[in-house]
Amino acid sequence: MNLTLKIWRQKSANDKGKIVDYPVSGISPDMSFLEMLDVLNQELIEKGESPVVFDHDCREGICGSCSLYINGRAHGPQTKITACQLHMRSFEDGETIYIEPWRAEAFPVIKDLMVDRTSFDRIQQAGGFISVNTSGNTQDANAIPIEKENADKAFDAATCIGCGACVASCKNSSAMLFVSAKVSQFALLPQGQVEATDRVLNMVKQMDEEGFGNCTNTGACEVECPKGISLENIARMNREYLTASLKG
Amino acid sequence: MSGILNSSIGRKFAMALSALFLMVFLLQHFAINILSVFSPDTFNDVSHFMGTFWVIQYLLQPVLIFGVIFHFVMGFVLEYKNNKARKVSYAKTSHAANSTWMSRNMLLTGAVVLAFMVLHFIDFWIPEINTKYIVGDMSGLVDPANTESGYRYYEELVHKFHSPLRVAAYAISFILLSLHLLHGFNSAFQSVGANNKYVKGLKGFSKVYAIGVPLGFIFIALFHYFTH
Repeated sequence: MNLTLKIWRQKSANDKGKIVDYPVSGISPDMSFLEMLDVLNQELIEKGESPVVFDHDCREGICGSCSLYINGRAHGPQTKITACQLHMRSFEDGETIYIEPWRAEAFPVIKDLMVDRTSFDRIQQAGGFISVNTSGNTQDANAIPIEKENADKAFDAATCIGCGACVASCKNSSAMLFVSAKVSQFALLPQGQVEATDRVLNMVKQMDEEGFGNCTNTGACEVECPKGISLENIARMNREYLTASLKG
Repeated sequence: MSGILNSSIGRKFAMALSALFLMVFLLQHFAINILSVFSPDTFNDVSHFMGTFWVIQYLLQPVLIFGVIFHFVMGFVLEYKNNKARKVSYAKTSHAANSTWMSRNMLLTGAVVLAFMVLHFIDFWIPEINTKYIVGDMSGLVDPANTESGYRYYEELVHKFHSPLRVAAYAISFILLSLHLLHGFNSAFQSVGANNKYVKGLKGFSKVYAIGVPLGFIFIALFHYFTH
């Protein structure tokens, strides 16, 4: 396959950045999208140019590291996959492909296609956990009976890999799908009840302070989420938040 | 509870509550206006009651005006904050692949409805307030000196729909209101935290409402335009 890549290049966080065209040839349709970028980077290195910086780690769709906005969509044209699981057969020979970083004030660009997603870490640190004393006589979590429906929903919410595709896809750069998944996975389980009030208040407060936008229920986040996290989680977070606000 | 309006979820909750309140108002407004098609006398009687009953005039009307202003102001506040969250735009976007046009253009459709409401206030509300509270005529009669002249409301309504331009503006505004409601009604449930099997049924009703009520208003305007 022969392709024209239009890639966002930005030397540093303070650089203005611009789209640069790169023609690539001899790409196999069976290559993953990241392997195609590896081919380009090898060519750039051989020419003495700076390779394109992009986040990646496991390349198995699990870690949530890859964060490419491909042809106007987070993780590219396929649904429920990450960019590392996207293959070049999803594109046409001769196609022009735009590759951009996640765009949000809360996700500043570090270099090229790599963005700083530590705002998600700070939201997690604000309440995305349960406090369990590890004294040696901690009760086995499986000893507490949990309704199958709630256990399944909590598990579904917990599959969020925190990649940020929801923020990238949302026209308002809202992080509510991510935060609601983290709130829901605990809100649905008895172990999460003890700190439920503080958790949702603190996580939403941190989310707002990070500068994410408001949810306008367009549903774009749900469509583009590689793990299929449901909008139902946002409704649950809204309920949890409003109830917690009444409690104080 | 303090500071709930300073949070993103709190603002959306307030937006949804004001929207649900305005939709209840719109439905009762439609229920009264459709009477003008079937029975001008009943329309006149109900209009006079609505225009003179103190609970409606002095309690509900101020709440309604507050609700309208709050909904619009909060809409612009949310839009401003959302724009601030992404200062650098994408070079290429494919929004149509993952969201509806209605959901992405609530400010546009809302702004057209706002422009229509300005026209509507100039047409009906301001003359009504002038007649009742500045001129001091609370009779509701065509000729206040003649008790046999009958109520004026039906004639005023019909008179406004003589102009094809006004009818066209009316129809376009209600089409955009329909698009606004097609996303907004469903969205309000989500914002107040309601998303269960009962709400899924209500969402079906919300589509009927969002299309049916604005179409009904357009029908009333066209009916009076073509029959008078």
